[in-house]
Order: sequence, then structure tokens, then C-alpha cells
Amino acid sequence: MLSMNNFFEKSDISRSEAENIVSDTLSKCDDGELYLENTKSETLLLDDNKIKNSSYNSDLGFGFRAISDEIVAYSHSNEISKNSLRQSSENLKSTLKSVKGTYNHEIPKSNKKYYDNINPIEQKSLNEKIKILNEVNNYLRSKDNNIKQVTANFLGEQKSVEIIRSGGESLTDVRPLIRFNVSVMLEKNGRKESGVYGVGGRQSYDFYLKDENWKSVCDEALRIASVNLESKPAPAGEMKVVLGPGWPAILIHEAVGHGLEGDFNRKKTSAFHNLMGQKVASEGVTIVDDGTIDNRRGSLTIDDEGTPTEKTVLIENGILKNFMQDRLNARLMKTRSTGSGRRENYRHIVLPRMRNTMMLSGNQTQDEMIKAVDKGIFAVSFGGGQVDITSGKFVFNCTEAYEIVNGKIGSPIKGATLIGDGPSSLKEVSMVGNDMMMDPGIGTCGKAGQGVPVGVAQPSILINKMTVGGTKL
Amino acid sequence: MVKDQEFLEKKASYCLGLAKKLGATESSVIVNNSVSETVNFRNKKLDESNRSDDLGISITTYIGKKKSSISSSNLLDDNLNILIEKCVEATKNTPEDEFNSLPDKDLLAKEVKDLSLYDDTHIENDQKIDYLKKLELAASNDKKIVNTESSFTQNKSNFILANTEGFCAGYKTSSFTASSVIVAKDEKSMERDYEYSSKCFFKDLDDAGELGKQAANQTIRKLSPKKIGSEKIAIIFDKRIAKGILSTFASAISSSAISRGTSFLKDKVNQKIFSDSINVLDKPDIIKGLGSRNFDKEGVKTDTLKLVEQGVLKHYLIDTYNGKKLNLKSNGRFGGTSNLYFENGNISFKDLLNSKSKSLYITETIGHGSNIVTGDYSVGATGFLVENGEFKYPINEITIAGNFKDMFQHITLANDLEFKYATNSPTMMIEGMVVAGK
Repeated sequence: MLSMNNFFEKSDISRSEAENIVSDTLSKCDDGELYLENTKSETLLLDDNKIKNSSYNSDLGFGFRAISDEIVAYSHSNEISKNSLRQSSENLKSTLKSVKGTYNHEIPKSNKKYYDNINPIEQKSLNEKIKILNEVNNYLRSKDNNIKQVTANFLGEQKSVEIIRSGGESLTDVRPLIRFNVSVMLEKNGRKESGVYGVGGRQSYDFYLKDENWKSVCDEALRIASVNLESKPAPAGEMKVVLGPGWPAILIHEAVGHGLEGDFNRKKTSAFHNLMGQKVASEGVTIVDDGTIDNRRGSLTIDDEGTPTEKTVLIENGILKNFMQDRLNARLMKTRSTGSGRRENYRHIVLPRMRNTMMLSGNQTQDEMIKAVDKGIFAVSFGGGQVDITSGKFVFNCTEAYEIVNGKIGSPIKGATLIGDGPSSLKEVSMVGNDMMMDPGIGTCGKAGQGVPVGVAQPSILINKMTVGGTKL
Repeated sequence: MVKDQEFLEKKASYCLGLAKKLGATESSVIVNNSVSETVNFRNKKLDESNRSDDLGISITTYIGKKKSSISSSNLLDDNLNILIEKCVEATKNTPEDEFNSLPDKDLLAKEVKDLSLYDDTHIENDQKIDYLKKLELAASNDKKIVNTESSFTQNKSNFILANTEGFCAGYKTSSFTASSVIVAKDEKSMERDYEYSSKCFFKDLDDAGELGKQAANQTIRKLSPKKIGSEKIAIIFDKRIAKGILSTFASAISSSAISRGTSFLKDKVNQKIFSDSINVLDKPDIIKGLGSRNFDKEGVKTDTLKLVEQGVLKHYLIDTYNGKKLNLKSNGRFGGTSNLYFENGNISFKDLLNSKSKSLYITETIGHGSNIVTGDYSVGATGFLVENGEFKYPINEITIAGNFKDMFQHITLANDLEFKYATNSPTMMIEGMVVAGK
């Protein structure tokens, strides 16, 4: 593995010495590992007609974890050295004073890879990237006189990880990730509105930028801002909601995704903890969490514990089938890891997290859904969402939406928050479209202070009843 | 042990020297180290221990009006050599921006006052465990409590900020934070709530038993919530939510939002944007203050600012770059506010609850529904229906919405300000907002 990071190259500790410390520390633990990480990332930002920020970050460190029964001891540092690793080992041992576990050496293997071993930052020179950002700015500003502000940025990253388990077993992965974002602000007759769009995934910049593909990203951001400039106040109250395909699947992520993560269900603090095998969504609703789609933002060859990822069926035809598991919660719930153990970086402990969460296609059309609504809204684009997994209440913020009157799409409405109840809202899904679409690849999910890249997908759906948080009574 | 000043200064001056040698005309560097230790409890048992030792360095180099920056957690000289060379190279290739520069020399902080921000006390993990045992015991009294998760963190940090104008200063800070998240259950519902305390000095931290009891009570009272209809109603924001409205105000008056024209408060200096009696202060020199500091992240001295006086906006929050663009001097707010707060209002909490025959008391909001371009606000909310000064029943699955431009003009504040966070507000009532429910 030529391009793999050698974490011990410039350190005063050799690989075999490190392996010995790992094996010694974990000998009576149930599980644990030394996680090493080296991330190189870059940010380039054009804003207000200028290159505002060009920065490069190089982050190196390790996290050492020991688990005994339910107790997790964790220690991390930036210094990969004898001293620092020994100190971490002492910290872990002092937390787990009298442990008597048996280390579980079993970890599934797979040869499949879902992205190439590349460093996207090095694949394009700084000058080329600056040139494209300037072209984006000029293109947009020449397109519409009402444009008052253009922001565009590139984020590129290569993360190399190595997981050393007790006994010296080593698992590695090199993960590329890029993102290209455009935001525009329009001003007309004293009113300001903005529009944002972006693309990204685990492949080279060129894949997204070739043949002036960046123009379609600009056009979309401008289109959303233009729609919002004509928007009127959103309605307030319960009504029917049609969601467009793709990015609106933030609904799935918030309404059921988080509630189906293993930790909350082991602790019985999720609104779903006692619903396994029961009907939690309408017939025809199937939801999977898939880490195996090539080059997607939420995909992973192995998770951050070394388990190969998979396509996990969460809800099948309305019935709750599986939770998403990391090794700790899987062991305590007597099941297997679904390859969902993730962490933001070496500073954080592993938690069960989503990858690409998707509702699969049904057989109805978006047209049929719109026609079925007397009074409601059609929501096309979203900014983000949040959930209280215990009460099950979740929100998501729409950034492009229209009213529906008597089966027809009407005027655009201002951004508003939609609120619903996770365990019951998917039972209100009365039509599932045949137009499933992936999101454009820009999602980041936050949990316990950790952000990880994720994806979502869904077809158009009709929800019979949701509360729309507008201002018009 | 957190790294000492001498180590950080040595790294900082090495970087400034190397950047100069490689062709940077000016540069600045921040080196920081933070060591924190956390113990987590769940259901009265040890659940997790976590120790982190974080080193970080960030360097900005200038060549005339060109600028670029790098950051890293690897402070070995070998790595710094590679990165600084990369940074200077990137600087050469980055287009000029006439407003790029280090701060004006006469604005840099001249002295570092001792604001009592560092407590040398070390709380061993066994002491943290004792605190958490006491906390969780007090929190688990009621049968309706089905899960408790509590945490104690000790953090010690140190930093040095240096630049080629001769500025070189930094100091240690500490924090001790305890929190508890409780889940309670009855036949109809399961609810979660929390309580939290964070202080610079360990001895000032809330009593463990009180904190646990508070967290449990706040959770139990949320059980069996109802959903109400959509209507226009007075909203009372609990202090922990009201401070968020103040934070949104702060982002809307940041010089970057103003200079980019993306704030609903652009060009509003010397105009009345709040109701008459409202005063907003940003006071960086509060002893033991959670947001206290001597200078901002560029080294510019931070004085107290009366941001809003009798409802009139008096200042933006200005950094060097955006200040130059707006033709204003930096007031030391690179990186935002310090200890930001609304001054107390004239009426008591009780009188505020009593002031309307019916109102909604909001204890939690979810979603990112604040738009600082338009001022539109729409979030999910949880709280209580208040009738004639009494909490009637809990409410959830509603949204509250309005526009900050109107909301700010209809604020009434109670006189119960306390300094629990870096940004603080008394209990706040806003009239004219819309609730969406059934």
C-alpha cells in the first residue's frame, strides 16, 4: 500500500512497540483499538468579489479506546510518541481498574472499495481552483443585475485512517471528500433573499467541474434565490405536504434515522426502542441506510471501527426491521455491527451513525400527489433539520416551497420550519413516488457535538398531515 | 499538564522567523494547547472516561496585500517547515485584496489584565465520580425517571498569539462543567430535559444535588404534553432560549455580515431597532466571566461596548479586515462577542408571567430557523401554556414564527439576569408572534 500513511515513520515509537502497548492495554477488555488518523484539508473561498480565504490544514493524532462491558475509556492526543501512547494507556487502565473481559477478535472482512485512493487537493493546482471561483463570480454577476452578493467555495480533504486492534491486526482506509458550494443574494425593491446550492462526494474535483458543470450549480442557487424574491408569507398550521425527490429526504434522516441508531435504543431513550417488528410507516415505505454506494458522500469502505459497511434495511414495507449498530451497542444488544460506527475524527469516540439514508421508490407520480391536495404546500429544497429522539418530534427548514391550491402549484412561500412526530409521521405517507433521487452530496449530520458527512435520498412523497410553521393564520 | 507559556512562545517565534525567511512580509500565529478530562455517568454508574490533549497552531502569512493561512495539530519542526513553505507559496499565488493587513499597531492590547480566568485546582477522576454520584442520586428520586446521563469536564487551556508587529501575549484559562440529561416517562409520553453549570473556578460550580434535582424536575413537568391550535399569542422565552435571540442579533451586527450586505441590520446604526427600554452590553472584563478576554483573536484590545442604548443600535462588532472595508476601526470583536447581555428589565419574573391572561412559555427550540439576511424566524418549540401567571400544561409539536425586525420592537425583559453562559438574557417576552399547531 504505497500511498498509505506510515504513522510511525517520524515517531520515536515503532509499529511493533505500539502494537504491544495496544495488546497489553486491551488484554482483559471486551473490545477497543488504537485509531490513527492523518487528515489534509483545504478551503478556498471567494466572497464579495475577492478570494477571501485560502487555507490548508494538516491534522494528525490518535485515539485509544478500551471497552469493558458498558464502560468506555478513551484518550486522545496529537503526539504519536512512546510517552504519549503510554500515558494514554495508563489513563485507560485507571478507568477500567478491575476488568475481566475477553477480547473479541472477530471483525468481518471485505475486499470491496467504494472510492479511489486519491488526494483531491493535489489533483488540481491552486491557480486552477482560483480561476474557476473567479469564473463562477463573473458568470453569476453577469446573469442577473439584482445579484448583490456571490459566495463560492471549495472544500477538499483526504483522510487516512488506520485501526490497530489487540493482537496487531491492522485495518486501513484512505477517504477522499470534496464539496463545491455557491450562495447568491439578490436584492430587488429593497427586499433581499438568498439561494444556496452545492455538490460533492468522494471523488476528484474534476468529476463535478468538467465541461463547465459548475454552471449548473450556479444556475440552481440563482433560481432558488429568484423564487424566494417573489415569495409570500408561509401558512401556519396542519396541512398536507408534498415533498420533492432528493434532498428533502432530510425528513427521513430526522424523522426516523436518528431514532433508529443503536445507542438510543439500547438505552431505551429513543421513541422507537419498543417498536421493532411493528408498523412504523405506511405500506409501501421502505427505508435503507447504505454505506456501499460508489463515491457518495456518506459511503465508507470500512467504518471507524474497521467493520466493512453494508446496506442495512431499516424499515421494509412499513415494518421496523433493524437498528444501525456500532460494535459496542451491537454486543450489548446481542446483535452484529452494521458497519455504522463512526466518529468525526480521532478526538471523538465512536457512535452509531447514518451513512446514506434512503427511501426507495414506489409507483406514483409527483403530478398525482399535487392533484390530490386541496390546500397544502409543495416543498422542494431544505436547509437542515433537527430531532428530539426521546419525544420523537423533529423539524426541518424548507428553503424553497410553494402553496398548493385545489390540486395546482401556486405562489412560492417564504422559508418555514415544518414540525412532525417521528414514529407517527411516516404512517401519514399516503403516496410514494417513482422518482427516487440522491441528494447533491453536501450533507453533514451532527450528533453529540460530532459532524460526519452523510447522504440522503427519496422519491416524491405525499404526507397527509404536518404542521407548517409560517406566519399567515 | 497543559503546556507552559515558554513552549508556546518558542513555537510561535520559530514560525514567525521562518515565515519571514521564506519571504512573508508580515505574519501572525496562534499556538494553543487544551487538556480536558471528562467522566460520564449513566443511571448512577460510570459510563465513559475521556481525556484529550489538543495542540494546535495556525499561521497566516502576508506578502504585501496577499494572504493565506495554514493550521495543524502537528507541531514538530519538520512538519512546520513543510507547512510554512506551503503557506508562503500559496500566499504568492493568491490574488491581492486591498483590505488584507495585520491590525493597526496602536489598537493592539498593551497590557494583559488578570481577570481570574484560571483555577489551578485539579479535580481527580475520583472526585468527578463523587460529584456525579451525588448528582445522579438526586436526579433519580422519581419513579418516572427512566434514564440519567451526566457528565463532568475539567478543561485547562493555554495560548499564545504573536505577530510581526511585536505583539506576543496569551494566558491560561480553565473551566469546570457539569451537566445532566434526564429522560422521564409516563403512560402517554417520554420526554427529555437537562441542566448545566459551567464556571472558571471549581468552587463556584453549582451544587451537584441541586443540579440533579433541577434537571429531574424540568423533565418531569414536560410529561404528557398537548398540541395547541394555531394563533397569535405572547411568547415568553426562558433565559436559556432568550440568549439565543441575543446571539442571532450579534451575528446580524458582525462587520462581515454588514460589509457583505447580508444582514437585516445593515445601515441601522443610530436607529431604534429594539423597544425603548432595551440596553445591550458586551463587557469583556468581567472577573471570572465565561466570555472574558483581554484582546480578540487578532490581538486588538477589547473595551466594553454599549451595543444598544435605549433601543438604539450604537455599534457593529468590528474586526480589522471588515473594519477597513467599512472605513471603521476595529473594536476588538474578531471572533465575536465576549460577555454579551441584555440589561435587566423593570419587572419581576412573576409579574412578566402575569402580564397577559394567556401566553406561551418556551423552554426549548429545535431547528436552525433564523435567517439573518431577511430577519425571518421560524423554529420548532416545546414549552408550557401559561394562564393568569400559572403554568397550566406542557406543550409540544408546535412552531413559533416571526421576523426579528418586528420581534425586537416588542420585547419586554424581566429583572432576573444571571451570568450562566457567555451570552445571557433575562426572561424575555415578545408579543405578536405566530404559533402554528393543530
